Amino acid sequence: MSASIGTGTLESTHLLGLRHTSAADIQLILDTAEGMQEILSRQIKKAPTLRGRSVVTLFYEPSTRTRTSFEMAAKILSADTTSIAAGSSSIVKGETLMDTVLTLRSMTMDALIIRHSQTGAPALAAQFAGCPVINAGDGFNEHPTQGLLDLLTIRQRFGRVQGLTVTIVGDIQHSRVARSNLWALRRLGAVVRLAGPPTLIPPEMECDGVTLHYQVDEALEGADVVMALRIQKERQESGLFPSLREYHRLYGISAERMLLASPRAIVLHPGPMNRGVEIDPDVADGPQSAITDQVTNGVAVRMALLYLILGGKSSDALAA
Amino acid sequence: MTDREPFSSNMPNDGAPALVEGERQAVMDSADMRRALTRIAHEIVERNRGVANLCLVGILRKGVPLAHRLSRLVSQIENTPVPAGGLDVSLYRDDYATRQPRLHRSEIPFDVSGKRLVLVDEVLYTGRTVRAAMDALMDLGRPASIQLAVLVDRGHRELPLRADYVGKNLPTSRNEWVDVRLQEIEGEDRVFIVKPPPGEER
Repeated sequence: MSASIGTGTLESTHLLGLRHTSAADIQLILDTAEGMQEILSRQIKKAPTLRGRSVVTLFYEPSTRTRTSFEMAAKILSADTTSIAAGSSSIVKGETLMDTVLTLRSMTMDALIIRHSQTGAPALAAQFAGCPVINAGDGFNEHPTQGLLDLLTIRQRFGRVQGLTVTIVGDIQHSRVARSNLWALRRLGAVVRLAGPPTLIPPEMECDGVTLHYQVDEALEGADVVMALRIQKERQESGLFPSLREYHRLYGISAERMLLASPRAIVLHPGPMNRGVEIDPDVADGPQSAITDQVTNGVAVRMALLYLILGGKSSDALAA
Repeated sequence: MTDREPFSSNMPNDGAPALVEGERQAVMDSADMRRALTRIAHEIVERNRGVANLCLVGILRKGVPLAHRLSRLVSQIENTPVPAGGLDVSLYRDDYATRQPRLHRSEIPFDVSGKRLVLVDEVLYTGRTVRAAMDALMDLGRPASIQLAVLVDRGHRELPLRADYVGKNLPTSRNEWVDVRLQEIEGEDRVFIVKPPPGEER
């Protein structure tokens, strides 16, 4: 009898990863992000919703797009943002993560966005922060907002995620982007193929709905979404693959290889790109590329998250 | 929940015993709603001396189907298309810290600048939603004017606002609420006053 539109509140206080995030929460974030896209298309991109809230970004690793994207999202919703980069803060004097977070807490921050090279650092921070914590990437573990923006991009192009075949190509082993995508894609019912050199794919990742491929061509066959991951040059130095040139020849996403995928397939890349290594420039800039949509959607997804995580309890359809 | 028979009188609470908890009372049926909207459509045309520069903006969620119905009616009267859109006001509400409505996408298929806008909602109560809607519209541009049309005005205003077009004035108590059911959403056109059972008050 109530004219409820469905709950508008997340089940979890923090966003530490997508592995344990419910399908309902993921859908709520994506639905909310679609509402935020409208604001991004306006001439004056500003809404007063988070007026007086302070959002802190604490980055122990370098980042351009993730941090900028979070800051733009917060600013568009009128929150105040403070950004702390490890290199120019007391962290270089040896302050522990816990003490840094407690200091920020004492300054009454309302949300903490953290990136760290250690898996689990955001979860640790969440114990001391006294406010919602969002993981902006931790070690090889998760990068949940990247997973969400990829999902939004996919859903926008296909109208659904369920039943699609998504091929992720590259350094799966060291990729938090791949992990966050994997959990969320499985939760929403996509089929996932992981492709790359055997040295860069952990065999234990094979499970129900997830297949491993050492030949990229077979992984691309009929795929709806092709996601190329950044290949880090350090991995070559540690001997995990012989050379960038060979990597490109065997695993690089070229226009020719894309012919194996579904004719409607889209190409994603989390950035920053190594053009001519994991992805060819004519694919990155071609008609199947959704890479610029990913960046725009990243702002919308982060606006949605901040809106959902900082808001009050849901109570829908109160009479006007 | 028990249904009470609709009153034949235009004054639903006139002489009627107060609703008991868990009871609802029908106050408008589909014919009443059609007549009210038709009258509002004529009033809009009369007040604005035609439909030049006129656009309708429904407040999500129930104002949107009503705005589209009014758009059809007004277009028929003047034989000129009058555009309608939908506005989500969640980001502009003053109670974000205590409750969280689900955000939906605004769909305004016209530039609001210079337009004579008619905001449309199903129920006018405290006026806070309308305040939020006006702020949201101002962020989209500079309309020439904003008017307000509501299907039901239930009183209890908390802000200095009034509606320009009212389908029905409905005296209510604060612990009741008004349930507007629409063909486009619930599959029927009816309006009820509801007295929620204990524990379900809002």
